[in-house]
Amino acid sequence: MESTNFIWDLMGKNLWSVVAVISLPLIFVLIYALVAILAELKVSAWIQERLGPMRTGPWGILQPIAEVIKLLQKEDITPTAASKILFNLAPYVIFTGAYAAFAVIPFSEAYAPANINVGLFYIFAVGSFSAIGIVMGGWASNNKYSLMGAMRSVSQVISYEIPAAVAVLAVVVLTSSMNMMEISRMQEGGFWNWYIFGGPGGWTKIFMIPFTLTLAIIYFIASLAETNRLPFDIPEGESELVAGFHTEYSGMKFAMFFFAEYANMFVVAAVVTTIFLGGWTSPFGSFLAGAGWGAFWFILKSMFVVFLQIWIRWTLPRFRVDQLMYIGWKVLLPISLVCFIAISFFSLLNLG
Amino acid sequence: MSSYLKNVWAGFYTAVKGMMITSRHMFKKSVTIQYPDEKFDLPANARNKLVLDMSRCNACTACAIACPVNCITVEGVRVSPEDPHQEVHADGKPRKVWVTRYEMDLAKCCFCGLCQAACPSDAIKHTQDFEYSAYNKESLYFKYQILTPEQSAEKVRLLAEFKEKEAAAKAAAAEKAATEGKPVAPKKAAPKADEASEQ
Ligand code: SF4
Ligand code: SF4
Repeated sequence: MESTNFIWDLMGKNLWSVVAVISLPLIFVLIYALVAILAELKVSAWIQERLGPMRTGPWGILQPIAEVIKLLQKEDITPTAASKILFNLAPYVIFTGAYAAFAVIPFSEAYAPANINVGLFYIFAVGSFSAIGIVMGGWASNNKYSLMGAMRSVSQVISYEIPAAVAVLAVVVLTSSMNMMEISRMQEGGFWNWYIFGGPGGWTKIFMIPFTLTLAIIYFIASLAETNRLPFDIPEGESELVAGFHTEYSGMKFAMFFFAEYANMFVVAAVVTTIFLGGWTSPFGSFLAGAGWGAFWFILKSMFVVFLQIWIRWTLPRFRVDQLMYIGWKVLLPISLVCFIAISFFSLLNLG
Repeated sequence: MSSYLKNVWAGFYTAVKGMMITSRHMFKKSVTIQYPDEKFDLPANARNKLVLDMSRCNACTACAIACPVNCITVEGVRVSPEDPHQEVHADGKPRKVWVTRYEMDLAKCCFCGLCQAACPSDAIKHTQDFEYSAYNKESLYFKYQILTPEQSAEKVRLLAEFKEKEAAAKAAAAEKAATEGKPVAPKKAAPKADEASEQ
């Protein structure tokens, strides 16, 4: 089996290389989170025809660092009536869930921290970790708003995981692999081979394009709900629940929630990129392809999806709880099932 | 079924349309004014910090009376005709009243503009300057002076001397009139001078 981790090649398998493999995604998450926070501030400002932060550093690019420093300095409060252990554990559980998902993300053909065969399955498994963390935090806070936020969050994650899983399953049917590296490799050879455009295959794949396109959109919408982003942010709807499940959190623990949200955003963006947008493959066939360019394309595509998430957040208002359930169960689920069945049918006929 | 699909399509379509609208705004020029670095034009009749032109003020106290929050204190004293220091008022005529005290407490001012409207000689005016906040209230207490305290005391003394002289002259005239058996004219000048100096 050819190597999918340049660190193993470079340093062999010893303690230091293990540390390097583990810490590389962590460093990436931290830097990415700062960039994403800045992007969120700036995009929201531009959409509202403001300038956004302009005072910290040139054009305000140091604003996220200033914000993290501010959060670090804040008092770390644990409410007296809270259940201490759960309360203090919850932010770390959420962040662990988000960070663990990075283990299988194929950043480039030469780097996936762990190239396991059930990558997509693993992502769904650890992705649900965040729901546990949210319930822990909300329950342990001993605050009605936190609890309500947690309850809403769980109902939302559970209902939106199904259409998301069905959308991913349809791609798994096409690729017959859950290995994210394999899925990326199958889409090599230009953007026409990406699964959002039906994947590789002859002209008959044209029949599949509407279905894969729909599935990509469905997965994207469901992933918004899973990361609790607007318009699906009912777990933390400010106007109804103060701040939802993290009402009682302050200081570094709040910052952990913050980081976890952005890390989760990247995870779902990475999944969209890998299974629908060709992963690390270059959109121009063999032009600009290679291990280094792979990382570039992967991060570029993922950041584009993150940008889409931010864009939607500042466009649409929040859904009502019943509307949210309606969309999850009565719109996304049946449509994704129809697409799934159609794609299964096509792949049975070997059209793809 | 068809209405369901129509609904779904409408939901998707309107979301995309909304995103198109926000994307258009993303590239518009921002309306933010980076305030301390960039200034913006205030309307011509903006009412901000008050300034007083002492060469126009004639201590008529109209502004002090008009002010709803009593932030203006004015005192004046009539110019004694014997004062060697005479001045031409901004309206071209000789000055009749010295402003011995003019104090404005801008910490109290509510920028209603009534003083400006009441002033007969356009001495008190609102300017465009609004950046004069201070750390203590005392530094918002503005005292206007064209005379030193000694000069003011001098002016008061001169007027008193003049009045005394006048009174003495009047008394002499009255005495003269009494000896000659003529009725005395009622005095008016003295109380008027008192009023002006009181405020
Ligand atoms: S603006 Fe109004 S409150 Fe201010 S000094 Fe003039 S009359 Fe008084
Ligand atoms: S109303 Fe005008 S002239 Fe009269 S005291 Fe006030 S500022 Fe002076």
